[in-house]
Amino acid sequence: MSEIADKVKKIVVEHLGVEESKVTPEASFIDDLGADSLDTVELVMAFEEAFNVEIPEDAAEKIATVKDAIDYIEKQKAA
Amino acid sequence: MLQSAGSDLGRRRVVVTGMGMVTPLGVGVENVWGRLVAGESGIGRIRSFDPSELAAHVAGEVPEGPTAEGKLTLDEWVAPKDQRKMDRFIHLGLVAATEAVLDSGWMPEAEEDRCATGVMIGSGIGGLQTIYDASITVHEGRAKRLSPFFIPSALTNLVSGHLSIKYGFKGPNHSAVTACATGVHAIGDAARLIMLGDADVMIAGGAEAAVCKLGIAGFCSARALATSFNETPERASRPWDKDRDGFVMGEGAGIVVLEEYEHAKARGAKIYGEIIGYGMSGDAHHITAPAEGHEGAFRAMKAALKSGGVTPGEIGYVNAHGTSTMADDLELEAVERLFGDDASKVAMSSTKSAIGHLLGAAGAVETMFSLLAIRDQVAPPTLNLDNPSRESAIDRVAHESQARKVNVALSNSFGFGGTNASILVRGV
Repeated sequence: MSEIADKVKKIVVEHLGVEESKVTPEASFIDDLGADSLDTVELVMAFEEAFNVEIPEDAAEKIATVKDAIDYIEKQKAA
Repeated sequence: MLQSAGSDLGRRRVVVTGMGMVTPLGVGVENVWGRLVAGESGIGRIRSFDPSELAAHVAGEVPEGPTAEGKLTLDEWVAPKDQRKMDRFIHLGLVAATEAVLDSGWMPEAEEDRCATGVMIGSGIGGLQTIYDASITVHEGRAKRLSPFFIPSALTNLVSGHLSIKYGFKGPNHSAVTACATGVHAIGDAARLIMLGDADVMIAGGAEAAVCKLGIAGFCSARALATSFNETPERASRPWDKDRDGFVMGEGAGIVVLEEYEHAKARGAKIYGEIIGYGMSGDAHHITAPAEGHEGAFRAMKAALKSGGVTPGEIGYVNAHGTSTMADDLELEAVERLFGDDASKVAMSSTKSAIGHLLGAAGAVETMFSLLAIRDQVAPPTLNLDNPSRESAIDRVAHESQARKVNVALSNSFGFGGTNASILVRGV
C-alpha cells in the first residue's frame, strides 16, 4: 500500500472512529463507515490539510469511497 | 384531565420523575447531594487553563476521574468520535440528561409516546470555547478550514437536539436562553407545555461550560467575579457574608424529566415532587444590576406563589439565587418582604457557596436541590457565611445543613438583562 493510502486510512479511522479493518478501498464513507454529510466535509478538509492539496467542492462531491480519496490525492500529487 | 390541587396554572399536574446532574461536586444526583449536605466545596484553583494573568483564579470545575468515584470519565457518556463535534456544554448536558432519562425509566419505543416527549435544555452562553477557537482559525486566515461542526457545536439549543436524536424524542424541541435564569425558565416553560397539552413528558434543564479564559476574562471585566480569595478558593463563594466580593463561576448541567401526573402514575414512575408554581418578571432597570429592593425578584416570587396557590407560611425552604455579590442583600430584602411575619420560620440557603454559579445550569440544579430538601427534610448549608453583612429574621443555614420540615420549596434565579424566574415545588 502506498504512503498516501496509508495516511488516508489513518485519517479516516481517526475522524470516523471506525475499526481499521473496515477501511477497505471500496468502503463508502456514508454507506459503510457511518459518516454523515458533515463528516465527509470534515474528512475532505483533513485530507487537504494532511496532503497540502486543494480539493474543490465539485471534486469533493465525487469522493465517496476510500479509493476515490486515494486516487484523487495521488493524481494531484503526481501532477 | 385532572385539576391541579390549589393551582390556577393549568389543568394538568406536572411531576418530576427523573433527575440528573453534573457539577463541581461530581457526577450524579445522589453523589452531589450527599456532598452538598455534608458541607463539601467543589471550588478550587482553575485547572483547565492558566488563569494567572486574570484577576480571578478560582472556579468550580467538574472533577475528572473514575465514574465509581463520582467523577467524570467523558468517554463513558459520549462516544470519543462524537466529542469533537460538540462544545463542552453539550458534553455536560448529555451526561446529566442521560442520568435523568435512565433514572426516569422513560425510553419510549412507540411512535405516539415519542411524539408526546419533548426536550427543553438551555444554556446561558452556549459554546463559548468553541467560538473562541473558531475565531482564531478565521483570524489566522484559515476560514476555509473551519470545521463543519463549528456552528452545531456552538449553538445553545444543541443539547436539546442531540438528546432528541439519542432517544428518539419527537415532541417539542425547544431551548431557553436567559443568562443565569435559563435553568428555571427551561423547567417552568417545559412544565407549562405539559400543562397545556403540547407534550406529556419533557426533558428540561440547562448546561453550561463557560469556565474558559474568554468566559472568566469577560466576567472579570464586568467586575462580577470574586478576586480576593485566589489563595483560598473554597472561601471565595460566600453569599451574604460581609467579605464577599463577587461570584465564583461553576460549570455543569442539571436536567429533570417532567411528566404529566396521571401519565407518571399509570406507569408506576418514581415521583420526586410536583412543579406547583412558576413566576417570571423583568426589571426594566439595568443590564446587570437589579432594581432597588430587588422588586423584580419580589414580583417573580409573588407570581410563583400565586400560580401555585400557596401562602409564604407554607414554604419551608428557599434556594436563593445568592451569588455572593452585592445583590445578595437585595434578594434577602425581597424575600423578607414576601414572607413578612413568616420570615423567622423559613430556611434559605445559597448552594452556590459550594458549587459556584453554574449560570444557565444553576436554576435547574437548584430546583433539584429544592426537591431533595423536601425528600430528605433537610436544608443544605450556605458555606462561608461567617459574618452576615446584615442581620435577618431568615435563617440562612450558615456552615451546616439543618433538619427542617419542608413540604414546599421555592427556588430563585435571576439573570443579566433584568430577567427573574422563581419556581415552586412540593412533595407528592
